[in-house]
Amino acid sequence: MTRSLAGHRPRVIIGKKIAPYVLLLPFVLVFVAFLIVPMIYAFNLSLHKTALVGGTRFVGFDNYARAFVDPNFWSGVWLLVRFGLIQMPIMLSLALAFALILDSGLVYARGLFRIAFFLPYAVPAVIATLMWGYLYGPAYGPIAQIAAFLSLPKPDFFSENAILGSIANITIWEYTGYNMIIYFAALQAIPTDLEEASKMDGASAFTYAVRVKLPMIVPMIIVTIMFSIIGTLQLFSEPYLITNLARSVINSHFTPNYYAYTLAFTAQQYNYSAAISFVLGAVVAVFSYAFMLASNRGAR
Amino acid sequence: MTNQKSNGAGFSRMNRRQLLQGSAALGAAAAAGGVALPARAEDKVKLTVWAWTPRTQEMADLYMKKNPNVDVVVENVGQGAPHYVKLRNAITAGTGLPDVALIEFNSIPSFRALNALADLSPNLPAGFGDQYMDWTWAAVSDGSKVFGLPWNSGPMALLYHADVLDRHGIAVPETWDDFAEQAKKLAKAAPGTYLANFGVDPGWTAAVLWQAGWRPFRTNGTEIEIRINDDIAKNWANYWQALIDAKAVDTKPAWTTEWFAALDDGTYASWVTAAWAPILMEQAMKKSFGKWRAAPMPQWQKGGKVASNWGGTVFSAFTTTPNLKAATDFAAFMSADPQAARFWLTEVFLFPVLTELVDDKVLMGHKYDFYGGQPVNEVFAEALTQVDPSFEFAPFQDYVNLQIEDHFAQAIAGRGTLADAFDRIQDAVVAYAGDQGYTVK
Repeated sequence: MTRSLAGHRPRVIIGKKIAPYVLLLPFVLVFVAFLIVPMIYAFNLSLHKTALVGGTRFVGFDNYARAFVDPNFWSGVWLLVRFGLIQMPIMLSLALAFALILDSGLVYARGLFRIAFFLPYAVPAVIATLMWGYLYGPAYGPIAQIAAFLSLPKPDFFSENAILGSIANITIWEYTGYNMIIYFAALQAIPTDLEEASKMDGASAFTYAVRVKLPMIVPMIIVTIMFSIIGTLQLFSEPYLITNLARSVINSHFTPNYYAYTLAFTAQQYNYSAAISFVLGAVVAVFSYAFMLASNRGAR
Repeated sequence: MTNQKSNGAGFSRMNRRQLLQGSAALGAAAAAGGVALPARAEDKVKLTVWAWTPRTQEMADLYMKKNPNVDVVVENVGQGAPHYVKLRNAITAGTGLPDVALIEFNSIPSFRALNALADLSPNLPAGFGDQYMDWTWAAVSDGSKVFGLPWNSGPMALLYHADVLDRHGIAVPETWDDFAEQAKKLAKAAPGTYLANFGVDPGWTAAVLWQAGWRPFRTNGTEIEIRINDDIAKNWANYWQALIDAKAVDTKPAWTTEWFAALDDGTYASWVTAAWAPILMEQAMKKSFGKWRAAPMPQWQKGGKVASNWGGTVFSAFTTTPNLKAATDFAAFMSADPQAARFWLTEVFLFPVLTELVDDKVLMGHKYDFYGGQPVNEVFAEALTQVDPSFEFAPFQDYVNLQIEDHFAQAIAGRGTLADAFDRIQDAVVAYAGDQGYTVK
């Protein structure tokens, strides 16, 4: 449009060059102020050591050396690996199943179901956990009451064997809808002529869903697995909030983030806590990268 | 309340600004109209106080009525860990501390280790400490320095549900041996009913071990003796381990809604606890109001007279306060005004620390509906005189508490015994103390 107006051309080019940066500026400012600066601050913290007696001194990578051999940290990572192996497959397959059913057009009031499935994601994790904590209540919770009414043994959701499942159930409830919406959006983007073509070839709706639709949204599935890996390794709110109900199985280093929290705010080891946080970041990066490598190889 | 909580600092700053603006406007008007105004409004001192106790603002209002030049705002930033985390964060940040805060006796060494508590003695009259019970004053003072003024104490007793004990023919235990025997008897007579719950509770643990003679810490400057897993602790651990193994006591987490409900409905028939317990029990109480009674704490020696203290609070001012004089004056009022202390004892179960009140026959004879008319203060007053003042908390008590919680929890889950837990806590705390620069002896 402006190309014909020769006289204005240089200014337009400069404007075009600058415009993206101007538009990015608000993001960059917030990004730097709330992510980069705190990270530099935390990294600096992690290189020092403040003791009650003796004050602060520079210790180089001592805190990192300690973190690498800290069993409290690695037991938390191991717990989350086990947690993820239970929770992620269940959550993502449920999300996928719901998305396929909604997309198939077999369901009336599709919009209603979509919102209903998504609703738990809109409930803050704190509220969700408090709610489930009440439902799980060993003596007066509704599930225990129903069990008592039916003369069944009361289930103990906070026992050592059950606790991972109980927390996984909360997170599945919270995040299935979120993943479902992502899958659903991807499914909606598949052109309808593919369906017609597969019908003409004699494929049933099920075959079409599994053989045509699924492969087409594999990139989205990979993205959601990635998000889930990152989210799982950062698990904090749910175990933190039910600690008081399950004190005998949730300790102060139950998950790595929980450990970082108690180190900083109860043990006053801010420096070591910062180092733990960076090591956790590295662990997340390693897991994510390993998964990317694996999925790329699988795709080839 | 939540608003005030989240806007704490901003809220109070605005008040001050409005106040200054207001008084400036008034001053201008006065100048124009030629009316003389009292200079007081401009000198008004503002104090921010962090306290979690109920109805504390009422007491602050009383103080403001007597001292119109001081404006006191009480903020509730949480109880227990949240309160201390916020205080410590503000100390670390070097900004955002209140002028005065309520802290428990067991937290004084921790905050002193951070050099956060102001010495109040320069603004106190000589001999001010004489009016307090000895051990409470010992806990807040160091030589001539004073790091807080005691407000209430937590003398301990055995609170029991009289109906449940009567129904099952359980005698009120006088010794810990009786206690164990009756616990087994009750668990057998009424399965699902327990004489006590052994919840993982570090504050309670320290308090009952205090009675048994446990003295885990001796701090002298940067030197610290740590004797967490001594014989007294091991005996105590074996005592409770035997009851847990015999399923004579329950092991549910304490302080949950379910736990309070279990105390109310008689699932737990007794609780060895402090004088302040009813204020918390009442909040969740439906059935057992008026059915509770108090008896002296069970003794380790037959005929012994040793009690303990759990909790209790002091008002401390912080070194950052610009108004130390006013802060001291306020703390002194909260702590030592006898009229107010009477009110807090009869209405809110906060047991006094002033000798004059503990010796007051009328006050100690006050009958409580919660206790079915029993004048329980006599029991608590006696307990208060039986507290050995030589107990010291660690200068990093929160860390010790965290270790107690983690390792007791393991023992209760069946991994190792309570006695093993004490060994592990000892190791962890010794390592931590060394790491924090203390010389461990």
